[in-house]
Amino acid sequence: MTMNELPAWIILPAALLLIAGGLLTVIGSLGLLRLEPFYARMHGPSIGNTLGLGCVLTASMLVSSALAHRPIVHEILVTAFIVMTSPMTAMLLMRASVHRSKSPTL
Amino acid sequence: MNALFELAVTFAQVCSSLAMIFATLRLLRGPRAQDRALALDTLYVSSMMMLVMLGIHSSTTVYTDIALMIALFGFVGSVALAKFLLGREVIEP
Repeated sequence: MTMNELPAWIILPAALLLIAGGLLTVIGSLGLLRLEPFYARMHGPSIGNTLGLGCVLTASMLVSSALAHRPIVHEILVTAFIVMTSPMTAMLLMRASVHRSKSPTL
Repeated sequence: MNALFELAVTFAQVCSSLAMIFATLRLLRGPRAQDRALALDTLYVSSMMMLVMLGIHSSTTVYTDIALMIALFGFVGSVALAKFLLGREVIEP
């Protein structure tokens, strides 16, 4: 099956997930750019980008499974890895920021 | 129906490149080092999303493995930067 003959019940959820993922990602990065203190700036990327990436990966899973006529679940690996590592990175960066705020020279 | 899907993929790619531009602006502007580290973290997540959408667009599954490698190395880089900012020592003896 090529890209041109995908059924509508695959196309519509995949397109909706792609649009939602793009909007969530751009909102998260806009929060990174606009919010002022560092602890407020942390929220945008660590929540918005993770959810946006999850939406895009689900859309990719839908499309590639429909193209290959069998379930393809490689994207679950990436999703699980991001869901596990994104809070850990955020927590380490926050601890680093707290540690650096104590000393006035840094 | 197919034009709608093409439009959705293009829209998501434009959104992802906008997110990368915002992260680059924060990376250049960021007042302190942890802002720059956070911007680098956001930048690699957005670039991975761009790569996944490239895979959807060309209907192959090769790009997923590259996305997994980018996630792995990006996580290692972010943790190393955060550990360096935390105690000036990446690997503690």
